Amino acid sequence: MSLELKNLYDDFRDANTIKALAKLIDKEAKKLKKTINIMEVCGGHTHTIMKYGLPQLMPDNINFIHGPGCPVCIMPKHRIDHAYTLALRDDIILVTLGDMIKVPGSRGSLQDARAKGADVRFVYSPMECLKIASQNPDKKIVFFAIGFETTTPMTAALVNAVIKKDIKNIFFHINHVTVPEVMVELIDSRDEHIDSYNNQIDAFLGPSHVSVISGAKIYDKFPTKYNRPVVVTGFEPVDMMEGVLMIIKQFTSNRCENEIQYNRVVTHDGNLTAQKLINKYFEKVSLFKWRGLGNVPDSGLKLKDEFCAYDAEIKYKDILPKSEIEDHKLCICGDILRGMAHPNECTIFGTACKPNKPMGSCMVSSEGACAAYYKYGNLIKG
Amino acid sequence: MEKNITLSMGNGGEENNDLIKNIFYKAFKNNILEKSEDAAILTTAGKIAMSTDSFTVSPLFFAGSDIGKLAICGTCNDLAMMGAKPKYLTIGVIIEEGFSTRDLEKIVKSMKKELEINGAIIVSGDTKVMPKGTIDKLIINTTGIGEITQENISSNNITSDDIILVSRDIGCHGATIFCEREGIDLSSDLKSDCASLYPIIKELIDSDINITALRDATRGGVAAVLNEWAKQNNICIEVDEESIPVSSEVFGVCEMLGFDATALANEGTFCLAISKDQEQKALEILKRFNQNATTLAKVTSSHNQKVVLNSAYGTQRFLDTPTGELLPRIC
Amino acid sequence: MCLSIPSKVTKIDKERNVATVDTMGVSREAGLDLMEENDVKIGDYVLLHIGFVMNKIDEEDALASLETYKEILALMDEEDRQRAILEDDECPNRGQ
Repeated sequence: MSLELKNLYDDFRDANTIKALAKLIDKEAKKLKKTINIMEVCGGHTHTIMKYGLPQLMPDNINFIHGPGCPVCIMPKHRIDHAYTLALRDDIILVTLGDMIKVPGSRGSLQDARAKGADVRFVYSPMECLKIASQNPDKKIVFFAIGFETTTPMTAALVNAVIKKDIKNIFFHINHVTVPEVMVELIDSRDEHIDSYNNQIDAFLGPSHVSVISGAKIYDKFPTKYNRPVVVTGFEPVDMMEGVLMIIKQFTSNRCENEIQYNRVVTHDGNLTAQKLINKYFEKVSLFKWRGLGNVPDSGLKLKDEFCAYDAEIKYKDILPKSEIEDHKLCICGDILRGMAHPNECTIFGTACKPNKPMGSCMVSSEGACAAYYKYGNLIKG
Repeated sequence: MEKNITLSMGNGGEENNDLIKNIFYKAFKNNILEKSEDAAILTTAGKIAMSTDSFTVSPLFFAGSDIGKLAICGTCNDLAMMGAKPKYLTIGVIIEEGFSTRDLEKIVKSMKKELEINGAIIVSGDTKVMPKGTIDKLIINTTGIGEITQENISSNNITSDDIILVSRDIGCHGATIFCEREGIDLSSDLKSDCASLYPIIKELIDSDINITALRDATRGGVAAVLNEWAKQNNICIEVDEESIPVSSEVFGVCEMLGFDATALANEGTFCLAISKDQEQKALEILKRFNQNATTLAKVTSSHNQKVVLNSAYGTQRFLDTPTGELLPRIC
Repeated sequence: MCLSIPSKVTKIDKERNVATVDTMGVSREAGLDLMEENDVKIGDYVLLHIGFVMNKIDEEDALASLETYKEILALMDEEDRQRAILEDDECPNRGQ
């Protein structure tokens, strides 16, 4: 058989295959000695789980914990306030990706800023900034860069283009974060105020496309140092069912490994060209505060010092708000993200905290656990 | 006529008269309009339906349609959705100073063509011109009156005796508009589904189909219609996910941008609620206009006021009314 | 940041280092900055993410996965068939 594009969509969503894998999961799970809680880190995985109703296909001893998989949800309020402040300046056009403009900071969202007259634009691709910059030579374009490892190389490609073409009016506010560090934080927090030892996470479904860029090598430490199996899984429903089955089989055969289910695009080493591009322009910051989770060491990226001329945080440091803003004290997103609480155990879930008026990171974007529970209601198992 | 619309053309003076005569009256000529009265005197038979809508679509011209065609289809379709034959329309136009006269002529020509398809005429109109920068190119309002040809068609009448059909594949208009937006840069053969629906409704009524309810799936898409029906009638609407008709191009756009086709706007697609025994007959008629017409959903009482999607492998989820601005998903 | 979709490469512009990719009848240009020179060819299946080709899809691995699923389905059908026969054999009404 030769491969058609249609196969890459339809066959990995095939109903009969999903049913068959559900049966295999059921059979294998009967051999388990205890309940297994599987965390998916990637927002795309959460979306698939909710859209295809996968929890309804799971036996009672398999649970999903929805991780902080959405770079939009975890954006701390004060950094959104940075974007808000920059957007309101007459000489700045604030550019970012898609649903970032909906997220409220402490003064409002970028959408609110736009309603006040700010020039805020969302783009499909960061390279659009080049067109916007050339059409508006008298304005400064600030690209509010967000995303995990999947999206970081694209920002790096834009930085590369800006430097090569010697463009003088594009600047970057970098909010890229990395996944393995937050996975560690969830199961072994270095913050003495956080009690992560009661976390319930037994295994991880590794993110699909982060892993395409970085390679599965970034999860090697989880089986060896933390005794947590990882299976890097694609985001179609068949992929996820197969990924869950592979995790269960690790438990029933007493293995603890870093495996790849999504082998049609993920390798152990990843995309080296993309990694080189990232490493050329970016380096780690020691602290980045994830909304709902607190400081996650070594999880944030910034432009290297030699490129500081393009760094909007440096250029505009005198006007950017400095204080960090905590979420509401009734917000229990941190516990939800660690699998220690359910959305409906939160006292403000569905009342003060709703998708159109989110108080915490789990409600902010459609991939957040609370947003998904709010939307899909009591049809979701458990 | 001048190349561009000037402020004086909206002043009620000679330039205004020229504009009306050379562009609007020329295209829409009929006995009532030519009387040039302050108001039109009309006669209608029996009950009438009346509807109004304003059109602000951008870009003004897009694959498969333009704002003119949309302005006529929009109001005529609302009338058709109540089982009314569109008869008389008014048009109010607000034009930005500097607008291209040629573009205005093109738009008016589209409106004329669509009026003919519906068998309706313009009986009254108004034009205003606003200073440059105060509005975005062009805004059109149309208000329409239609004669009811089948009574008791109402979105409040749906019960568990009914099933719900959809007239064609969904999401074409929303997907087309999004592709043509700045910066998205997608190219395809996608076209808006913008079309007049009265001819189909006429065929259904003439074939003695007893219609419970009709609604065209404009902003908010099919998801919005089904949710409105579920809430208005306190019923549960259950959709078989596999039966939702989506073309491969709309599928491609949805995949690329992370959209749900049920949330995308349509301008020539409608949902039809009829009693179960009429299903085959109605489908046959709908399929004459578009092969993709199909049965979409049934009415139950499992989760009243909600729309449930049943997957092909035994799971369920709710389909909610879309909220907020439609933005490409990155995650 | 995961929304990344399979597409097929239909054109390559070496000068601008851009490919044209098609996703079910919708096409877009995609940057090749993340791929090695000459790595991507017309007809390749790739993953598209926010205007860039992120990686190639290995056709052999994809087909191998699909083959595995076919085998699982065949096995499942066989088991169902066997179970149906067994239930039939044990049916108390049989043989009357």
